[in-house]
Amino acid sequence: MKSKAASAPYLVWMVLFIVVPVLLVAYFAFTDSSGAFTLENIARVGQYSNVFLRSIWLGALSTVICLVLGYPVAYLISKSSLKRQSVLLMLIMLPMWMNFLLRTYAWMTLLEDSGLINSFLSLLGLPPFHMINTQGAVVLGMVYDYIPFMVLPLYTVLSKIDRAVVEAAQDLGANGRRVFLRVTFPLSMPGMISGVTMVFVPSVSTFIISKMLGGGANLMIGDLIEMQFLGSAYNPNLGSAISLVLMVLILICMGIMNEFDSGENEGGGMMI
Amino acid sequence: MKKAVSRVYLALIYLFLYAPILLLVVFSFNDTDTKSRTVWSGFSLRWYEMLFQDRMLLQALTNTLIIAVSAAIGATLLGTLAAIGISSMKSWRKKVVMNITNLPMLNPEIVTGVSLMLLLVFLANLFGVQLGIGSVILAHITFCLPYVILSVLPKLRQMDPNLYEAAQDLGCTPLRSFFKVVLPEILPGVITGMVMSFTLSLDDFIISYFCSGTTQTLPVFIYSMTKKRVSPEINALSTILFAVILVLLLLINVRTGKVGGRKGKEAQEF
Repeated sequence: MKSKAASAPYLVWMVLFIVVPVLLVAYFAFTDSSGAFTLENIARVGQYSNVFLRSIWLGALSTVICLVLGYPVAYLISKSSLKRQSVLLMLIMLPMWMNFLLRTYAWMTLLEDSGLINSFLSLLGLPPFHMINTQGAVVLGMVYDYIPFMVLPLYTVLSKIDRAVVEAAQDLGANGRRVFLRVTFPLSMPGMISGVTMVFVPSVSTFIISKMLGGGANLMIGDLIEMQFLGSAYNPNLGSAISLVLMVLILICMGIMNEFDSGENEGGGMMI
Repeated sequence: MKKAVSRVYLALIYLFLYAPILLLVVFSFNDTDTKSRTVWSGFSLRWYEMLFQDRMLLQALTNTLIIAVSAAIGATLLGTLAAIGISSMKSWRKKVVMNITNLPMLNPEIVTGVSLMLLLVFLANLFGVQLGIGSVILAHITFCLPYVILSVLPKLRQMDPNLYEAAQDLGCTPLRSFFKVVLPEILPGVITGMVMSFTLSLDDFIISYFCSGTTQTLPVFIYSMTKKRVSPEINALSTILFAVILVLLLLINVRTGKVGGRKGKEAQEF
């Protein structure tokens, strides 16, 4: 089909709304408020290395928890009868359709000092337990919000594993554990990679969950960026510098993840 | 024994997923003053009454619907044309375009939001207008486009390229053969892309937050409610939204007999 011209409007749009904004971020990152070139913003990002480290740590922790909790769920769903599979999957997806702000808010009412969990504890005569505004609360919120993104790609891969391969391993004398470790688990690698990426990227860059459940003390990269653009510390140049660093970090992570998975996705663009 | 353990495990995970939502629903019917919203003090619908009298909420809802419909239509038109063009590109050009197209999906949402905000503020100053519904629509079209393109491209790949030429040999103009031959072939992909765009736009908070100026969409309104941290109104709103989603999903499920939908698709295609 000779129809390259059809994409002309999109190519204009793509340049204007994808390429130009990224270049604008880079421009702001390397200039000061008067528009003169400077490296000061990038240098100042270094002052926030503790925030970067905290975000990466909390994001990685949430991702690992999602993987550990989500893998068995995906595995068990893929092993149940077809009719049950669709119901169980639907139940995993249903909460995703609710806005994540509401889901995070639900945890706020649970974790507060005067919240439901503490009221329950006091009913039992136990001392109150401080949960809100801690790093633990932030991780809990992220796990809760993002675990479906781990379960679904894992399920997709696990349910597509050829039963004959598993049976062959059994015929050749492998016991249940060995079949899992040597056959099922390696074959589920692409699903794990998608799941890890889909949980890690939004966790690292979140700014709402940390704000709602972590209070002011557990600032993450996202909060820092938001503050520079819409918050108290208005400084788009610094904000752009932080965004640029975050973007580069994430793209490098994705590149590394993609290397693991490259056999599966040959020739189809970066991730697809 | 093994079966029992796995059943208990699944039950616990589903409890973890649904307990907070159920508590929100239960407490939306709580007849309490605003101070002690975690103490049950009788059944009441008054938070629902307050919700329906909230002008700001209705305005936010209208804005959200206008934005979602416009973004879905805009992204579908532009994205379908783009997919047709991209599918006829040579390999290296295709690769460049696809990598740029994927960028908004790979980038953290906050970076996409911030970069679009920088551009939109610049454009708004240039034309002497304020950020508002218009700028949100532009931003939403931008982040919905990759989903449309990625759902139309596979359909184009499956299509027999000779069909289009055959139609022309038989006397169709290129435009007519597009509508008569190509469009019916790729329609399922186009519709998937449109539905995905619509729901992504409805649900979006982060990008709207940066690009909306003082205009409120529903998620932005919800965010301003959670900041106040007091009103059980938000529980009532959650309950209504959850009920709407549940009914819609059940309807879709009954009609098509399929599970899935936008986020499942998104997660599975990633």
